[in-house]
Amino acid sequence: MVPVNYYIILSAILFTIGALGVLVRRNPLIIFMSIELMLNSANLAMVAFSSVLPKPEGQLQNYSGQIFVFFVIAVAAAEVAVGLALIVQIFKSRHSINVDEMNNLKG
Amino acid sequence: METTSFLYLAPFLVFFPAIGLLVNLIFGSRFSEKAIGWIASAASGAAFVVSVLLAYSVSVNHGELMRWTIGEWIHIGNLQLDWTFRVDSLSTTMMLVVSGVGTLIHIYAIGYMHEDVRFKNDVGRYRRFFVFLNLFIAMMMILVSGDSYMMLFVGWEGVGLCSFLLIGFWYEMDTLARPSWANSNAAKKAFITNRIGDFGFLIAGFIMFWQIGSFQFDQVFELAHTVEPGIIVAITLFMLIGVAGKSAQIPLYVWLPDAMAGPTPVSALIHAATMVTAGVYLIARSAPLYSLVPQAQNIVAMTGAVTALFAATIAVGQYDIKKVLAYSTISQLGFMVAAVGMGAYVAGMFHLVTHAFFKALLFLSAGSVILGLERGHHHLAHHSPSSPALPPKGEGSSHAYPSPTGRGARVREEVFDPGDMRNMGGLRKTMPVTFWLYIFGTLALAGIWPFAGFWSKDEILLDAKLHYPTVYWLLAIAAFFTAFYMGRQIWMVFFGEPRHEAAAHAEESPKIMTVPLMVLAALALLGGALNLPFEGFHNLTLWLGHTLGEVEGLPLNLGVAGVSTLLALLAILISWFLYGRNPLKKGQIDPLKKPLGFLFTGMENKWFIDEIYWAVFIDRYVDIARFLADVVDWRFWHDWFHEKVIAGTYNWLANIALNRYADQQGIDAFINALGKATQWASAATRKVQNGFVRSYALSIFLGVILILGYLLLK
Repeated sequence: MVPVNYYIILSAILFTIGALGVLVRRNPLIIFMSIELMLNSANLAMVAFSSVLPKPEGQLQNYSGQIFVFFVIAVAAAEVAVGLALIVQIFKSRHSINVDEMNNLKG
Repeated sequence: METTSFLYLAPFLVFFPAIGLLVNLIFGSRFSEKAIGWIASAASGAAFVVSVLLAYSVSVNHGELMRWTIGEWIHIGNLQLDWTFRVDSLSTTMMLVVSGVGTLIHIYAIGYMHEDVRFKNDVGRYRRFFVFLNLFIAMMMILVSGDSYMMLFVGWEGVGLCSFLLIGFWYEMDTLARPSWANSNAAKKAFITNRIGDFGFLIAGFIMFWQIGSFQFDQVFELAHTVEPGIIVAITLFMLIGVAGKSAQIPLYVWLPDAMAGPTPVSALIHAATMVTAGVYLIARSAPLYSLVPQAQNIVAMTGAVTALFAATIAVGQYDIKKVLAYSTISQLGFMVAAVGMGAYVAGMFHLVTHAFFKALLFLSAGSVILGLERGHHHLAHHSPSSPALPPKGEGSSHAYPSPTGRGARVREEVFDPGDMRNMGGLRKTMPVTFWLYIFGTLALAGIWPFAGFWSKDEILLDAKLHYPTVYWLLAIAAFFTAFYMGRQIWMVFFGEPRHEAAAHAEESPKIMTVPLMVLAALALLGGALNLPFEGFHNLTLWLGHTLGEVEGLPLNLGVAGVSTLLALLAILISWFLYGRNPLKKGQIDPLKKPLGFLFTGMENKWFIDEIYWAVFIDRYVDIARFLADVVDWRFWHDWFHEKVIAGTYNWLANIALNRYADQQGIDAFINALGKATQWASAATRKVQNGFVRSYALSIFLGVILILGYLLLK
């Protein structure tokens, strides 16, 4: 069985890539993909932890981590729906989706 | 015993007059003059009834001392003072005199003040007069009924206040009703001179409490043996200063002649019959103390005797009818003080009582004479037979607070002094009743048999002859002068021809004034019966003996009585020779002036005592006061200390230290720095908020990393 550490390290690497992607890319689609990457790295960590958690009485596995992951996937899907809608609207009004041009809330 | 004792009535000695004064004070504005006068008289009369009942209680209790406490006054440590009424033969004697003579004078004042307030154009003061008069009776009762020196002192100060209020009754005018502060100055003089005396009394009280530890009469007398005689000498002599102030003895007598500025009933009640005798009462009350120290007794007796003679000589040279009586009062008080100083307490008290009768009579008769002349003058001024016209109601009230210079509305054809004997003459025809009353008073004062003054004065003279020859001669000469100046007064006022139109038109006083005088005249005639110098008639001696201890009742000494009667008759003869045989003409100078020369000038001018006092004390006092006011207070305290030191320091502190340094450079600088720091900090942090979601996300990540790093590396 693959040790949990490997999953965690992979998860950390994926998260870091996602985070860096959010920070450095200017295309909101890429940023979305990076956010997805971070969410899924978290999912991976939860699933990995779920497999090593002690099993409750009368059950084959501890499912809490896996159920959590379902929720996260659902929320991510909702988020993408909203986010893509926003991006479409922004593009409609500005003819650009470069995030650096969207700094009107600057104090 | 209880059934015959009226002791529980003792507080009403004070309460009755107090009720009278409160009723007049609160409701008086709705009463008529008559009602006000009679309420006040009834209050005083009720006090007299109480006095009679108390005297009766004392006599059925065989003169035993009785006390009635109505409340705690001061209880601090060793000091236990209650408001206790002391009812014994001495205090009831005083109560009877005060309330008896006081009531008669109240009734007289109903008539007197009725006219006086009209002659002086302020009807509103009628009520005030009776309020003050009732207050005086109440205070005098506190004085004579007190059971301790402190309670006595309360009354002592209270009557001093009443004296001040009543001397200054017409405070915005002089005795001739001209706008001036003369009357109020007389009131202040009386008050301040009395304060000097009270200062002595207070010191006596302090020493007493310090050395003996009590103010209560019996305790003081009991413990007096245990302290050094020097202490008792100090107490008695300081007390003598108080007596000299209140009873107008040398050197503090100067206020009494000026006190004649008050209305005549006041002169009679306060400055002749009752208040001024408080000093005599005080010495008689303190008899056990004075008896311990013969040297103090000597001084008291000499003070009295010298005052008696000195004041009598001044009375000879006076022209004002009341001034003569005022100096006569000082002289007679000298007799009393000499008597109590010699230890002849009964003789002193006897003379006090008879003097209250005949001197009140004389003063009130003099008031009747003055009013008679005022009436005559008024009659002349208005050429109408009616009695003084009532001033319009508004006028009286508008004169309530006039300034001494703003009294131009007053109509005075000439300055006429109704009290000046040189304006009188021949009054026996126009004022026969007053004339006979005056004769009674004069004979009593001159000491002619069988009037009251004969018996009381001879008792003093006899005591003096037996124990103090010097005092005897001083008093005998004073008695000679007494008869002389009274004779002079009678001839000048009632005989001869009128020297002024007003005297020619003088009118007799109404019954309300003359009837009380008749009662007093009867007392002046019969008062001697209180203590006749015959076996079995020493009533007052026995009566006061209950309080003062065994006092010998002296038999009549024909030598002393003969000498004093001869001197009095001789004096009256000389006065007839000078003033009666050839009555004074209008504008004529006094016939005594020629033979006596500068001596008479001295008598006329009161031996310049007032001027000497001015030069020696009052001017120096004014100098000191001016120095204190100008140099010490104004220049030192105000200009230097306040302006320079305090205000300067304050200004420096405020302007330099606090404003420039603390405020501008401290607080302001701090606040400004705070503002700058805020500006700088906001300028710095503003750059962080650049609107790029990426950079916000970066800071979130960095924050997360920091927190995680902290948690992991902890």
